[in-house]
Amino acid sequence: MYILKLIFKNAFRHKLRTWLTILGITIAILAFGLLRTVISAWYAGVDASSSSRLITRNAISIIFTLPLSYKDRIRQIEGVKVVSWGNWFGGIYIDEKNFFANFAVDPKSYLELYPELILPPDQKAFFFRDRKGFVAGRKLADRFGWKLGDTVTLRGTIFPGQWDFVLRGVYKGRDKTVDETTFFFHWDYLNEKMKKTSPMRADQIGFYMIGVTKPDIAADVVVNIDKTFRNSIAETLTETEKAFQMGWIAMSQAIVTAIQLVSFVVIIIIMAVMANTMAMTARERIGEYAIFKTLGFGGSYIAALIFGESLIISMIGCAFGIALTFPAAKAFGQELSTFFPIFNVATETIYMDIAAALVVGTVAGFFPAWRSTRIRIADGLRRIG
Amino acid sequence: MMDAVTPEKAGRAIVEIRNVSKSYRRGSQIVPVLEHISFDIADGEFLALMGPSGSGKSTLLNLLAGIDSVDSGSITIGGVDITLLSETDLARWRAVNVGFIFQFYNLIPVLTAFGNVELPLLLTKLSKKERREHVEMALSMVNLSDRMDHYPGQLSGGQQQRVAIARAVITDPTILVADEPTGDLDRASAAEILGLMGRLNREIGKTIIMVTHDARAAEKARIIKQLDKGVFIDVHS
Repeated sequence: MYILKLIFKNAFRHKLRTWLTILGITIAILAFGLLRTVISAWYAGVDASSSSRLITRNAISIIFTLPLSYKDRIRQIEGVKVVSWGNWFGGIYIDEKNFFANFAVDPKSYLELYPELILPPDQKAFFFRDRKGFVAGRKLADRFGWKLGDTVTLRGTIFPGQWDFVLRGVYKGRDKTVDETTFFFHWDYLNEKMKKTSPMRADQIGFYMIGVTKPDIAADVVVNIDKTFRNSIAETLTETEKAFQMGWIAMSQAIVTAIQLVSFVVIIIIMAVMANTMAMTARERIGEYAIFKTLGFGGSYIAALIFGESLIISMIGCAFGIALTFPAAKAFGQELSTFFPIFNVATETIYMDIAAALVVGTVAGFFPAWRSTRIRIADGLRRIG
Repeated sequence: MMDAVTPEKAGRAIVEIRNVSKSYRRGSQIVPVLEHISFDIADGEFLALMGPSGSGKSTLLNLLAGIDSVDSGSITIGGVDITLLSETDLARWRAVNVGFIFQFYNLIPVLTAFGNVELPLLLTKLSKKERREHVEMALSMVNLSDRMDHYPGQLSGGQQQRVAIARAVITDPTILVADEPTGDLDRASAAEILGLMGRLNREIGKTIIMVTHDARAAEKARIIKQLDKGVFIDVHS
């Protein structure tokens, strides 16, 4: 207890210097936490993906379609439980800056396959009945102030024209990892309109979503689906939902890697600042450490004083940084909801913040502690006066 | 807590210095500081070491206190040859056997007078209550009972030195070493400190070895030894 009291008193001997160092660590931990949260947000789709769902797309590229007729052949493959299908619609609401993901899907099979989208039964029934109906995530509906029964018009980009939809349901995510910013409507509505305006594009699917009976047979089902359509007019590429999501992330892997590097650089910079503070502190107190040694205290006691001080400063900064990360992430997430529908501070991020602060405190204290424990008493006492 | 002078104690050598030499390296040069020094200090003695700057008196004091090591020779204090002790054993030995009084008091600024005096007791097995009793007694001995919650910055130089003296005697060490204990004090405070050290020597029988430039301070000692260029040149009793 005595040593803790002494460490705490020592830590605040130069109040301005200590508080500035704490401020630096707070900002570094905040920046580190936000950058790690950006990375988590990038991987949110992967984290939310299910191991019992597969995605089948055209083997050449996602931009090429597959025939609607494949759904019946996929259903016949052993281990397949549910088959759903959809198209990326790419519609724009009023202005391009209002971006959100919008899909044409087969409603019943889609909601069966994605039980994490919680829709009240009455809204679900309304949606199933209304071909022009659509369902929006809670956050998306809140963002634009949509109410049930409102008509929303999207301007088609991939599928030209003005498309009117009526809001029939607002879904909530089962947990906070579920994206609540998606817009989906009846694939039949899209297909019927395509039949009238460009028949060549009718009955074409962007991707199939497949539910398997057991996750451990997913690999066999993947192989069997692709084997079924080998040498056909549109060969398929099937992968787990996780692999599919990872594929999207891989396209921007350089950015993710850059953010990861920057997050670690922030910690290295603050480590240098903290090490400088501790080096200054230890240099100023060499005489006092010599007194401790003179009185019979060992090197380990002096090392404990220095490491303790370093860790107290870094952990106080860490605590402030973590406390600020939550409101900052909330504000950040609201501003960037278009790009990051899920922007939650993960528990792992907090653990990483704490680990980073511990590393900063330990590394910063190492050299001053090593130097102070080795100094000769007579040399240390000479520094006084 | 502390021994009084007894007839058996008086005259017995508590410190035996034999053929001690010490030199320092300055760049590529080796500068001899002490050369083949030998003498004894009796138990309960009050010795003043004098000499010009660079004469080796502070070096000798550091060697006697076990905070510097000899090049050759031996120093036996209370029957223990401290030149043979390891760094760790020497630290333990210092904690028990040596009380230090420095020119600049060398108190820990973030600790109160009480905390500073208590510091050496943290290395003992005394309980918190026992430590408190010892500290209160030591501070009352130096007339600072009413200042025990003051920090060094809130005390005058003389008061700080009295705290340092209380810290030096708190473990009832075998010897007290004082390096220019009045060097940073005004005349009145210096007289007060020297009076206190004299009392410790006369009334409690503490063996004191004091380095000083001040002839007035040296007069308070029973023996004065003059060092010059690493050798004793004169001895007064």
